This record gives sequence, C-alpha cells and structure tokens, in this order.
Amino acid sequence: MIELQNVNKWYGSYQALVDINETIHKGEVVVVCGPSGSGKSTLIRTFNRLEPIQSGRILFEGQDIHAPGTDVNAFRSRIGFVFQQFNLFPHLTVLQNCTMAPMQLRGLSRKEADERALALLHRVGLANKANAWPSELSGGQQQRVAIARALAMQPPLMLFDEPTSALDPEMVGEVLLVMRDLTRDGMTMVCVTHEMGFAREVADRVIFMDEGKVLERATPDDFFNRPQHPRAQQFLSDIRSPFARDA
Amino acid sequence: MPLFDYSLLLTGKYHDMLVAGLLLSLQLLAASLVLALPIALVVALLRLSPVAPLRWLGFAYVESIRNIPLLAHMLFWYFGAPELLPDGIKQWLYAGHIEAYSAIVALALYTAAFMAEDIRSGIRAIPAVQFEAGRALGFSFLDTMRRVVLPQALRVTVPPLISQTLSLWKNTSIATVIGVAELMYQAGQVESATFRSFESFAFASAAYLTVSLAITGLATWYHHRFPVRTI
Amino acid sequence: MLQIINDYWVYFLIGQYPNGPLGGLVLTLLLASCGLVLALPLGIVLGLARVSPWRWLRWPVTGFVFVVRGLPLLMVIFWAYFFLPSVTGVKTDQFTTMLIALVIFDAAYLAEIVRAGIQGLPRGQMETARALGLSYFRAMRLVVLPQALRSMLPSLVNQFVSTIKETSLGYIIGLAEVSFIATQINTQVFTKPAQIYLILGGTYFILCFGLSRFAYWLERRLARRGMSAAPGRPKQARTAARSAEVT
Repeated sequence: MIELQNVNKWYGSYQALVDINETIHKGEVVVVCGPSGSGKSTLIRTFNRLEPIQSGRILFEGQDIHAPGTDVNAFRSRIGFVFQQFNLFPHLTVLQNCTMAPMQLRGLSRKEADERALALLHRVGLANKANAWPSELSGGQQQRVAIARALAMQPPLMLFDEPTSALDPEMVGEVLLVMRDLTRDGMTMVCVTHEMGFAREVADRVIFMDEGKVLERATPDDFFNRPQHPRAQQFLSDIRSPFARDA
Repeated sequence: MPLFDYSLLLTGKYHDMLVAGLLLSLQLLAASLVLALPIALVVALLRLSPVAPLRWLGFAYVESIRNIPLLAHMLFWYFGAPELLPDGIKQWLYAGHIEAYSAIVALALYTAAFMAEDIRSGIRAIPAVQFEAGRALGFSFLDTMRRVVLPQALRVTVPPLISQTLSLWKNTSIATVIGVAELMYQAGQVESATFRSFESFAFASAAYLTVSLAITGLATWYHHRFPVRTI
Repeated sequence: MLQIINDYWVYFLIGQYPNGPLGGLVLTLLLASCGLVLALPLGIVLGLARVSPWRWLRWPVTGFVFVVRGLPLLMVIFWAYFFLPSVTGVKTDQFTTMLIALVIFDAAYLAEIVRAGIQGLPRGQMETARALGLSYFRAMRLVVLPQALRSMLPSLVNQFVSTIKETSLGYIIGLAEVSFIATQINTQVFTKPAQIYLILGGTYFILCFGLSRFAYWLERRLARRGMSAAPGRPKQARTAARSAEVT
C-alpha cells in the first residue's frame, strides 16, 4: 500500500533519513522503533507529506505522492494520522471533532456524519462523551477521540506517531486496546511507539531505526528474542535493564 | 506646476521650517522620555508595594491617565492647569514657551502610565522566589528590588519600553493641537503657505518613519545583544 | 462644575443635533464603533496575509503595516484629509475622512493582533487539520481562525478603547466629537477651563475604564474556560487556574 524507494531527507546539513527502501502491504501491522532522534517520527510523517523529502519516491496505492498535480488533500484524507499530542480541536465538541471532516470533505449530511461518528465513539468507548468539550477529557480519552476522528474518514491506512508517549501510565492501556481492536478488523497500520508489549502482541513486523537508517526488519518474535544488529541488541538491553550498563 | 518640487524640501525657507519642526519634535521626545522613565519606575513600585494604599495610588494613576486620550491631556495642561496655578508662576509660564511645557508634562505623564505597566509586567516576570531569596537574606523591600529583581527585570522590560518610546515619538505630533511648532505643525504651515501639501507631508512622513525605523532597529539590536537569560 | 454640566450636558452629548450635524459623545461612540467594525474584516485579511506562505502577498502587506504603524495617526488623518478629495473627486466631510483614516490605521494594528492570535495557537492544530485532508483555506476557516479570534477578544476590546481615544484627533480637522465640543464650551464659559477639561477627562475615563475592565473580565473568563485542550488533567488545570486568580 505504501512503498518508499530510495528516500532521503535532510534538515539543512543534517540527514534525517538515509536511503530508505520499504514496502507496507495491505493489512500489515508494522511497528517502527528505535532510540530518540532515530528518524522514526520523521519517517512516518513523510507518508502523508507532513514532511517533505529531498530525493526518492513515495508511492501510496501505486501513485507517486510527490508527482506534480497530485491533490495533497485528497490522499491525506485517505490516510488517518494520530498525533502524539492528540491535537483535538478545542472549539468543537467531541462529536463535532469527528463529524467536521466527513461533512466538509465527503459531503455527508449532518445526520449521516453524526451516526458514523457516534458509532466510532461507541467503538472507542466514549459514546457518552459525545457532547463534551475536549478540555473536559483526560489525556487517554482525548487520544481515543483522536483515533475516532481519524477513523471517521474511513481511511485504508492508519498512522500512529507515538500515540501513548504523552499519556500518564494508567491511561496507556485504554489507547492500546483500541489500537489492537483495529488490527483485528484488518486495518493496515504503521505505528511508531516505545510500547514493546504492544509490538510483541500485535505487530506483524518490527522495523528498527537508528540515525536515519533502517537497521533491522524482523517479526516481533525474531526481533525481541534474537536481535541481529548490535545497535538493536543494545537498544533492547537498555530498555530491559536500564542500569545494567553501570554495573 | 511640477509634480514633486524637491527644491522646496532641500533648501530655502520652507526647508528650514520643516527641519526646525523636526528638531523640536526630537526635543519633545527627549524631554518627555527623561521625565517619564523615573515617574514610571516610581509608579510601578507603588503598584507592587506591600502597602495597600500605595498600591491603590499607583492603580489610580495608571488607570486615570491611560483611559483618557492624549489630546484631552494636552488640552487640560495647556488650557486648564495653568489657571489653577498662583499668579506668579502663571506669569512666568506665559512669558516662556508654555505650550511646549504643557506638551512635555502631558506626554511625560501619559507615557509614564504605560511604561509603569510594562515595568510592572517585567518585574512580575521574574519568579517570586527571587524576591523571597533577597528578603530571606535580610534585605528590605527596596534593597531587594534594587539588587536582585530590577537588574533581572531590566532585560525583560527594555523591549516593551522601547516600544513605548516609539509610541511617544508618534504622540509628539499631537502637540500641534496646542500650537507647539513641532514637525506636524510646520508641515501644516508649509502646506498653507505653498499649497504643496504632497511635498510637505511627504517630508514629515519620511521623517517620522526614519526615526520610527531607528527606534525599532534599536529594539532589535537590544534583543540580539542582551537576550533574556533564565535558569 | 455642576452648573456647567447642568447647562451644557445636551450639547456635550449630541452636539448641535438636530439643528446641525450630530456631535459630542454620541458622535465619538458612533465613529469609534463604525471604525472598529469596518477595520476588523480588513485587519483579519491583512493578518492572514501576514502569516500566509506566499511571499508575494506577505511582503507588500508587511510593508504596508510597517509604514502605517510607523506614522502618527495625525499624519494618516492629514493624508486622508488633503488627498481623499482629489482621489475620489468628491469633497469628503470630516466624519468620512476621519472614519477612513481610523479604518486604515486600526486595520494595521488589528493585523498584528490577528497575526499574534494565529501564531499563538499550537502548531499541531493546523497540522492536524491538514492531515485530515482539509485544504489550507478550509483549515484556516474551520480550525485556526475560530480559535484565534476567540483568544483575541480581550485584545479586540482593548483596541476598541484605543479607537475611542483616537477619535479625539478629529478635533484637528474640525470634527465635532466630544473633545472639540468641550473646547467650544470652554470658549463660551471662558472662566472655568480646568473644570471643563476635567469633565471631559472624566467622561473618557468612565467609558474607557469600564470597557477595559470588561476586557479584563473576558480574559479571565476565557482562561478559566480552558481554551486550550491541555492534555491530561482537567481537574488539576481548573484548580491551578483558580489559585492563580487568588494570588
């Protein structure tokens, strides 16, 4: 569904992505992990052109997304993006947050949009908060609404950029459960996350990055138990026992 | 008739009038600024004082001055205030340049009210714990202000104060209402003498913009040279 | 002083009306209201131009705003007074001249307020709206501007206070606003200038002080309503805001 060919990206003189070649297939659940500054967020943001690239091609459903004449807004509406900071629109109610895009971009009537939004809110467990304001919700609740908002456009692909990193620990679980539910329905997902438990249970594939390069690709089982690349091994051991290096 | 008569602006009687006006405007700016800053500092400290009546005094000053247009202030200080003074002083004032004095008083008091608020915001931007640390060491309110808070507040406060100076510069134009022969007044005089309104106003506009640009440039330089340092 | 008020209060309020054009305090208020109402849409357009991604739009508008803000209002009034008749071919009366000068002058200041309001929003808002597939203009209209304008309300009220003060400069071109009327009264009464100008000052004070208190109240109410969907802790945010009010 998404194909990256020889993608390179620079911020000034700093190279953030180095020669990336990846393919994400329909129905796959891919987790991207790695240390801070490895380029994993940058990578996922290039998929819907939130970040520009300097060389290479990115194909979404077979189309080059940087081809001149491409309607950026059209293909963005077919990719659901969930941000680390949730970014709900505070001047709209929870329901309005979820109905705005379908009404504006897909031409749904208010009734149709409301129905779809309520069904999605029910699915993420927040139907009773439909008329609440975002500022009245906890972080975990806001993120679940953000997921419902993205799903309201019925995208074939969902992207998650560290969706639980800004949450207090007790709220992480409720969001991960919603995400796991999505995978059970066959949604294609690419997820940048530190939540290794989620990766082990749900992912089809793990991509490990450092310094802008993809260093290892493996099934979760292979990655967590038999990491090949020394940097990956170090990363995993740092996560498991942060004080081990000091001993 | 020529479209734009440069000779008018570059030499001759009208040129001299305009330049004299510009110089007087700059003098008004300088005199008002020199008076406004100490007044503003005092009022800001009044507003922050732990003594409630003093705080109220500062508040009354700021609010009563800020909510009245500068024009009304100028009219009061020129037409109204001198009448309230005893005869001796009144005669001395009328013999001199009373309109300029009234303008300077009005400008200084008006600008001081706004500057006091900027100084107060600057001081409040410094975390309260800095003030507490000073008091804990044994310094009085004023000493703590002087040694600990104000030096830090200075960097935060200077950019807004420069911005107020810019407003002050533009406000000097209002002195024309009470007959001060500053730049705006002279531009009007040249216009009525020669009917070359475009040239005289273009000169005045260019002069105002140049000084405004210089003041804004000063603010940018200050911001680069003395950035705010926090822990 | 009371005698003066008693004799002249009608003249002070409405000038020579109905035996002449409208004047006095009512004229001041009318001029200020019309000025701000007309300046606001222009200010929003200029503010949007200032933040737009197109240089050919940004630079001329920035230049215009810079020039207008670098000149005294009196200068703008003189330009309007002396050149409007030759441009429009019609001898414009003082009210219209003053109104046009005010609209241009205030729009330049409002442009900066709008720009600050838009740039004060978290960057994620625009990004999220674009990620959903909304175009730049739709994102501005539906997500950014509603929030920016709401946060600008206290500044707008303060700008109205400034505009009321600015109307006093109509004095110079002979507009019969309240300062001019006060001077007329002074020439008639002649012996009590201090009292007359104190009354003038008092009038402005009541009007402007009242409005600026209203702006202050608005600001506090907006802060309490939690205009930003700050993540995580709605209850703690509310108590923090309340204790900030107490100190």
